[in-house]
Amino acid sequence: MRNPQLDKQGKLQHLLTTEGLPREILTTILDNAAPFAEVAEREVKKLPLLRGKSVFNLFFENSTRTRTTFEIAAKRLSADVINLNINTSSSAKGETLLDTVDNLVAMHADMFVVRHASSGAPYLIAGHLAATGREHIHVVNAGDGRHAHPTQGLLDMYTIRHYKRDFTQLTVAIVGDILHSRVARSQIHALTTLGVPEVRVIAPKTLLPTGVERLGVRVCHDIQEGLRGVDVVMMLRIQNERMSGALLPSPQEFFKSFGLTPERLAKAKPDAIVMHPGPMNRGVEIDSAVADGSHSVILPQVTFGIAVRMAVMSMLAGG
Amino acid sequence: MSNTQALAKLPKVETLLAKLVEAMRPHAGPDMALVGIHTGGVWLAEHLHAALGLAIPLGSIDVSFHRDDYSSKGLHRGAKASSIPFPVDGAQIVLVDDVLYTGRTSRAAMNELYDYGRPGRIDLAVLVDRGGRELPICARYCACTLAEPLPATQELVLTRADTQPILSLSLKERRDA
Repeated sequence: MRNPQLDKQGKLQHLLTTEGLPREILTTILDNAAPFAEVAEREVKKLPLLRGKSVFNLFFENSTRTRTTFEIAAKRLSADVINLNINTSSSAKGETLLDTVDNLVAMHADMFVVRHASSGAPYLIAGHLAATGREHIHVVNAGDGRHAHPTQGLLDMYTIRHYKRDFTQLTVAIVGDILHSRVARSQIHALTTLGVPEVRVIAPKTLLPTGVERLGVRVCHDIQEGLRGVDVVMMLRIQNERMSGALLPSPQEFFKSFGLTPERLAKAKPDAIVMHPGPMNRGVEIDSAVADGSHSVILPQVTFGIAVRMAVMSMLAGG
Repeated sequence: MSNTQALAKLPKVETLLAKLVEAMRPHAGPDMALVGIHTGGVWLAEHLHAALGLAIPLGSIDVSFHRDDYSSKGLHRGAKASSIPFPVDGAQIVLVDDVLYTGRTSRAAMNELYDYGRPGRIDLAVLVDRGGRELPICARYCACTLAEPLPATQELVLTRADTQPILSLSLKERRDA
């Protein structure tokens, strides 16, 4: 079966997940993002690449950072950006996802940026567009359920490469709620594809999906042990809204066992970087002293996210 | 005389560069700013900048983001970040490129420059004018104009040796022609 993200020539058609994307495409996205980052330094932060194109932000789930950075990226590429707040629109009145899409296509959409609580929703849209002969319309997954958040994974890779240059010598730890995290999945697939020799996941058993080892990671249940000698610490958010049942005794309890404190970070390499996809729960997964400390690259991640999203959108929309 | 023969008769790049330096020297001064267009134009601009002893730091431009064939050919692979290390507002800028052909690259470079400010003046310096213009653009400084325009199936490119900074011109059949 052909990768649904690639067209017949192997060119990126949609961005749905980092899983199964060839290393060459991941590297090309990162390479292309670098000159887009420079655009932010200009007086006129605007490029003509998506002039005349309409980008629809379809957010069925709340988001501030992702939606805003996608919007900035599309606007810097001169696209017309339409934000749909789905909670207050037609789907609240009972319209199906694909009917919503068809209506927006009738308004001449060129690209959909989709966030949805259900895993696979962006695939459903991409498949529907292909089945109805509208392959020229592109879909970017901005987070679907627990499945994938590829642009977050890619901006994390860009951040790592920016500070560490070479993936093939690194030890990377991903810490926190792996179970609910689409970010973690996108990170793991990207890290292993890019040749990172050791990826560790650090979490309590209740917050790890079964069979996570099959993704090519080492599992640690002890944060002190897991952080030993790592180059990169990727924190995850404790997703209170997705917690059901007794997965966690309490946020305080989690911080006591798995929160990133300066003492625990001291186990990592002296030049280790600390990342977080946001929004942060200070005092739950990360101590303020670390979040605001010298190892933190959390705010640069946000800035790099704009360049990476510009690169992705211009790779998709070009002929 | 065929174009290949014409090219064989082209003076060496060093000779052409020396001609370009002499053409520009009377106008070179504290106000002259050079901006090379990736990739060949940057190599030439580095040489011109040193030979003319210019004070304003050298700039470089990649026109990928302003190319007019994006909608048909997609994003150009291997785009580099542009670098304009001087204030563009009011600046006296000379764009430097290796080969002047349709003029589309120069147009894209001017658009890119305007993203940094409003230049006082923009001139163009090229090593070779191969003819075939599709836009109203001409070079103020040009070391060599081919007697007959090259056919569209051919590509005239400046290459640099891997180990030494030796530049040479070569003629290739276009891959996409």
